[in-house]
Amino acid sequence: MIFTLKIWRQKNAADKGGLVTYKVEDISADSSFFEMLDMLNQQLIAQGVDPVAFDHDCREGICGTCSLYINGRPHGPLKGVTTCQLHMRSFNNGDTIFIEPWRCGAFPVIKDLIVDRSAFDKIIQAGGYVSVNSGGIPDANTIPVPKPDSDAAFDAAACIGCGACVASCPNASAMLFVSSKISHLALLPQGRVEAQHRVQQMVSTMDSLGFGNCSNTYACEAECPKEISVVNIARMNREFLAALLFAEKEKQISFSL
Amino acid sequence: MFFPIETIRIMDSSARTRFSSITSKVIMALAGLFLVTFLLVHLGINLLLLAGDGGQSFTAAAGFMATNPVIRIFEVVLFGGFLLHMVFGLIVTLRNRASRPLRYQHKSRSETSPLSKYMFHSGVVVFVFLILHFIDFYFVKVGLVAPPSGIDRHDFYRRSILLFSDKGYSAIYLVSFLFLGFHLNHAVQAAFQTIGVSHNKYIGTIKVVSILYAIIVAGGFMVIPFWFILVR
Ligand code: HEM
Ligand code: FES
Repeated sequence: MIFTLKIWRQKNAADKGGLVTYKVEDISADSSFFEMLDMLNQQLIAQGVDPVAFDHDCREGICGTCSLYINGRPHGPLKGVTTCQLHMRSFNNGDTIFIEPWRCGAFPVIKDLIVDRSAFDKIIQAGGYVSVNSGGIPDANTIPVPKPDSDAAFDAAACIGCGACVASCPNASAMLFVSSKISHLALLPQGRVEAQHRVQQMVSTMDSLGFGNCSNTYACEAECPKEISVVNIARMNREFLAALLFAEKEKQISFSL
Repeated sequence: MFFPIETIRIMDSSARTRFSSITSKVIMALAGLFLVTFLLVHLGINLLLLAGDGGQSFTAAAGFMATNPVIRIFEVVLFGGFLLHMVFGLIVTLRNRASRPLRYQHKSRSETSPLSKYMFHSGVVVFVFLILHFIDFYFVKVGLVAPPSGIDRHDFYRRSILLFSDKGYSAIYLVSFLFLGFHLNHAVQAAFQTIGVSHNKYIGTIKVVSILYAIIVAGGFMVIPFWFILVR
């Protein structure tokens, strides 16, 4: 197959950057999108041109490292699939393919198609964990969990933190990501203990990093490679409101010398 | 408690100084839902224009709204509701625009409901009509604007008929309500999601109610000029 690629090239964070057009030929329909980019890069290296930088790691749809905004859609045209799991048979021979980095003020471009997603790490650091020691393996059913709750928690935990939700959202909102992290912990007894603190801290960190507000367009749900539901966002809003209005206040302990 | 100092510092420096994203949206949604109930009352009264009794029942209802003390208080709440909704609508929209300083070169192809992306635009159309509506009725009632000759400033019935006999006004009115319909179609379902009332069990019902509400309210208001042009 033959493709015309329009790829965002940008030397570094300070560079202005722009789209550059490349042609690739002899691409097998069964090669993956990244194998196609690998072939382009071989070609560029042979010409003495700097190869295109893009993020990838597992190449099997589980790590959340890959990105790419392909023809107006994060992770390309298929539903429920990461870019690394996309194959060239999903395109027509002769297609022009636009490849851009995730666009969000909180995700600055590092180089070409690679953006800095450490904003997500900061949100996790603000509370996306359980801070008690889990100890040894407990006997089964010492802490009973309703099956529907564990199912919902598991669905939310499928989030790989790739940032496609932010990339697709007209407001560059991170609420699908944050709400899935909040949900998968809040639905389970171990995570419940810190749920009220967690939701407040994660949301305020999300806000302070400059992500937008959800306006319920649900582009995130449509584009999430793990098909995470926006029901999680409603749950986050509920948790947040409950924490804001009803959380027990911490007792202030003052020391006198 | 369990949390490291660093995260508490981040929390302190951000959330305390402004309304959080969720709080802003919830205020907007609650104000919006209040406006949603108000619109039903307003529509009910306006439909009395079609009663064919020379405006008797319409005038009686309008008179009740203008004099009843409870309604008088609610008028202030209503202004507050509009103000809150618009102010937070603006804040939220500005924050949203700022979150993506550099846009994509390729147009988005993500599957979304197109109306949901233009809430600000449809809101602005409604706002422009609201100003017109104020000049035509409220300002006339309180005496800021002189009523057309021969019509008492409290006579909303003849004022309405006069306005609807103007084709230009009717056209502006119809377009405005079409946009209100677009706004409402997304607004009602969005408001429930924002206040956290969403669940796979009844998400479908809320969507259907939202669309029906938008059609009934926008359609109901739009019937009135047609009735004046075609039936009377
Ligand atoms: C009678 C008139 C109106 C009613 C009943 C109404 C109702 C609503 C409701 C219920 C929402 C959903 C809130 C949510 O997303 O959770 C909404 C959203 C919105 N409204 Fe209104 N509204 C009205 C007029 C206006 C006006 C005059 C403006 C101002 C310019 C406006 C701007 C917006 C915007 C920007 C949103 C979307 C917010 C977002 O999600 O990003 N609305 N409206
Ligand atoms: S490279 Fe790991 S998910 Fe795509």
